[in-house]
Amino acid sequence: MELRNFRIYRGDSDGGEMMDYQTEVGKGMVVLDVIHRIQAEKANDMAVRWNCKAGKCGSCSVEINGKPKLACMTRMNEYDDDETISIRPIRSFPIMRDLVADVSWNYEQNKRIAPFKPDITKKDSNGDYHMMQKDVDRIQEFRKCIECYLCQNVCHVLRDHDKKDIFVGPRFMIRVAGLDMHPLDTEDRIPDVKDEYGSGMCNITRCCTDVCPEHIQITDNGIIPIKERVVDRYYDPIKWLTRKLMGKSK
Amino acid sequence: MDRLQYLGDVKVDISDIQVVEHDVIVLGAGGAGLRAAIECSMRGLSTGLVCKSLLGKAHTVMAEGGVAAALGNVDSRDHWKVHFRDTMRGGKFLNVWRMAELHAKEAPDRVRELEEWGAVFDRTKAGLINQRNFGGHRYPRLAHVGDRTGLEIIRTLQDHGIHQGIDVYMECTGLDFLKDGDKISGMVAMWRETGRFVIFKAKAAIVATGGGGKAWKITSNSWEYTGDGYGMAYEAGAELMDMEFTQFHPTGMVWPPSVRGTLVTESVRGEGGVLLNSDGKRFMFHNIPDRFADETAETEEETVRWLAGDRDARRPPELLTRDVVARAIRKEVKEGRGSPHGGAFLDIASKRTAEDIQRKLPSMYHQFKVLAELDITTEPMEVGPTLHYFMGGIRVDADSQMSRVPGLFACGECAAGMHGANRLGGNSLSDLLVFGKLSGEGAAKYIEGMTSEPMVDDNQIRSIIRDATDILNRESGENPYLLHEEMEDLMQNCVGIVRTEELLMEGIEGLGKLKESYGKVKASGASQFNPGWHEAIALRNLLITSEAVANAALIRQESRGAHTRVDYPGEQNEWLQYNVVLSKGEDGAMKSEKIERPAPNTELDRIANLSIEEIEAEVTAES
Ligand SMILES: Cc1cc2nc3c(=O)[nH]c(=O)nc-3n(C[C@H](O)[C@H](O)[C@H](O)COP(=O)(O)OP(=O)(O)OC[C@H]3O[C@@H](n4cnc5c(N)ncnc54)[C@H](O)[C@@H]3O)c2cc1C
Ligand code: SF4
Ligand code: SF4
Ligand code: FES
Repeated sequence: MELRNFRIYRGDSDGGEMMDYQTEVGKGMVVLDVIHRIQAEKANDMAVRWNCKAGKCGSCSVEINGKPKLACMTRMNEYDDDETISIRPIRSFPIMRDLVADVSWNYEQNKRIAPFKPDITKKDSNGDYHMMQKDVDRIQEFRKCIECYLCQNVCHVLRDHDKKDIFVGPRFMIRVAGLDMHPLDTEDRIPDVKDEYGSGMCNITRCCTDVCPEHIQITDNGIIPIKERVVDRYYDPIKWLTRKLMGKSK
Repeated sequence: MDRLQYLGDVKVDISDIQVVEHDVIVLGAGGAGLRAAIECSMRGLSTGLVCKSLLGKAHTVMAEGGVAAALGNVDSRDHWKVHFRDTMRGGKFLNVWRMAELHAKEAPDRVRELEEWGAVFDRTKAGLINQRNFGGHRYPRLAHVGDRTGLEIIRTLQDHGIHQGIDVYMECTGLDFLKDGDKISGMVAMWRETGRFVIFKAKAAIVATGGGGKAWKITSNSWEYTGDGYGMAYEAGAELMDMEFTQFHPTGMVWPPSVRGTLVTESVRGEGGVLLNSDGKRFMFHNIPDRFADETAETEEETVRWLAGDRDARRPPELLTRDVVARAIRKEVKEGRGSPHGGAFLDIASKRTAEDIQRKLPSMYHQFKVLAELDITTEPMEVGPTLHYFMGGIRVDADSQMSRVPGLFACGECAAGMHGANRLGGNSLSDLLVFGKLSGEGAAKYIEGMTSEPMVDDNQIRSIIRDATDILNRESGENPYLLHEEMEDLMQNCVGIVRTEELLMEGIEGLGKLKESYGKVKASGASQFNPGWHEAIALRNLLITSEAVANAALIRQESRGAHTRVDYPGEQNEWLQYNVVLSKGEDGAMKSEKIERPAPNTELDRIANLSIEEIEAEVTAES
């Protein structure tokens, strides 16, 4: 155990400040353990979100020394012993209290996306659908998303320009990609991708991919192919038509 | 300031409080609650879904291994009857027969339905939903997605549910139910962010709050698992049943200390992982109960053939039911053959290629790499038992899921009966889907048959709110975090994996003292997003839960499934005829009763008692 220094944001929607704390750090501890320790010892009312403590639920997103991370998967030994560690809530969304941000905007975006609509004629007599593993590999990658919204937090479109009303952000671009590339899906979302979800706003900086704790290739495997589908549809209709005639462009 | 509004004896002004009206209110948004809410909504009911966390973060998201259903995609010999038989045997025949039957019959359709709603399970070579082996299941039966099946299920239900017109109330804690006479009429809850109260008026309520693992020190459960559903239903007059059966999962992480208890999925063993003691011995070969001897491999050579897919080879002993494996690990540690940090070694590195491990168990790989700085593709893990699951819970009718309180339903982990004395891995996710749906149906039927609308009573509302605000308003008092820690130590030591009358008495006495201290609990700070206050509120439910477990464990004088009494070793036939049922007595104290179980339906009894050869012959002849 050794005594270490922390600076943690305390405040609510009306403002707040970074406060100094000291606590003992033991072997194997992660940043979330530190937060809990401080909460139990010195700040009973400090707000923080968490559930699984194992990188599975995406609740504990914060910024640690300026980097967006899951507090439960960030080990203390990543930092130098004498380093003061600063922890604050993610920035793209309004602060509720202390380390907790109001991420409800994301839930609204999900509702805007047309749901999965399978081709029920593809069911066999047992009621089973047939899909090959190789045909679902790429959508399974997107489905690993734990909705931590770290990608939403770093996307400059959502962050700097507050263009939240015209771009759904990387999390929901891969949600759309996962639906659009689903071998059984029949819904056409491409017009919405362009006009409603704002695919044109993304200029492929790849910041989202860099922070994804699930290592989803958000940009290369999700956003770029979706942007290409938009381009095909609106600017290269022949290519789109050929694909359509050859079977759905999955 | 919010809290001033409720200071001291000042009357609570109810007209200031937000009121929401629904036909049915579902408490809990894990797999069970979501599936229940979808069913209610599909049946045209106005449905409110309330959860403590954000949507999609409930425990269900953490489930790894898979969902059990006799689809027969990998081994065509599988059949609901075999699944049913496995479930009864795993539950040591204490399961509610009808529930185990419904579950085995309906699970395949519930899984197919998920695919219809967008779930993408791993595939077999033929392009069907793939299924893996798991402890206690005769055939590969768990539909899965790598080792993140729970995420797939909760996300599918969530993405489907948000388009069904369900109103979701996130980060909102249910405090207590309201009743009109003996019937449910609503619930009082609290917004965690603001600390403000909200009154839900409803004709029925479905409890889907999961378990209560946070009463123990070493657990795979998160902060949410404080037994709120048990506490609230108990206070509302419902019965709790089988509470002595708390499952200790054999493989939790033991090192480093801060992750002690975090789950290591059984899929590691399903994929061929073996348990070793400090002498490098596969000790499970020496721990095979007679009942399972015929179906378990005798030699390492046989397990190698089994892993390679030889249908005549029997299952490795590592895949015996969880109670057996957990006790065996404990024994090795007790007798001095444990790993350096007091567990056993779980080795998959020498059984599978690094590539296979990373593909089949990606989140385990990641979890150990980050949290323990250990590479499971080259080194063995250290594992030990961790409190994982409640087989017991709210006593409900097997077909409608209604408790003895009219209008109060329960499903998922918080309901009792389906799993008997021990749950098989993978049978929970299927339980959520099957009984989530049935409870929605049950609530819809109940509401249809209602003749008058139940009313909420202002005095009940006031008293619920006062109980909650007293915790903030006290001048000084007991620290809720410290009380919780004391309880964890007490339950870990006295109501643990092996139990004796002496220890249980000590536990019950300790809980009594804790209850007294709880009467003086004080949270500091204001009412907005105040974890200390939330902790204090949850403690009431955790205390009821713990008391129920300890009392039931004291009464059941035998060892069965997850309940081990060293002073009463072995299963006693006499005890097979009883469930222990707990309820709030008229004097306000907890009442414990031995209640006789109804005799099984003869056909089910016959199926459960067939030998494996007989049942295989029977289902082959049928298909
Ligand atoms: C790490 C881990 C791995 C597992 N792996 C598997 C597996 O592979 N296969 C399997 O079958 N099972 C598995 N299980 C068990 C299974 O996941 C759980 O039993 C199951 O998910 C419980 O689901 P539920 O819907 O009953 O409750 P949960 O998913 O726990 O949901 C409970 C809900 O109730 C809400 N709630 C609780 N109290 C209140 C309150 N007072 N007010 C408002 N809301 C409240 C919570 O916010 C939450 O939304 C695993 C469990 C764990 C912990
Ligand atoms: S790649 Fe696009 S979505 Fe991702 S951070 Fe950059 S602009 Fe945002
Ligand atoms: S895509 Fe990655 S970073 Fe974005 S929400 Fe999902 S898991 Fe988090
Ligand atoms: S607590 Fe679940 S991801 Fe950190």
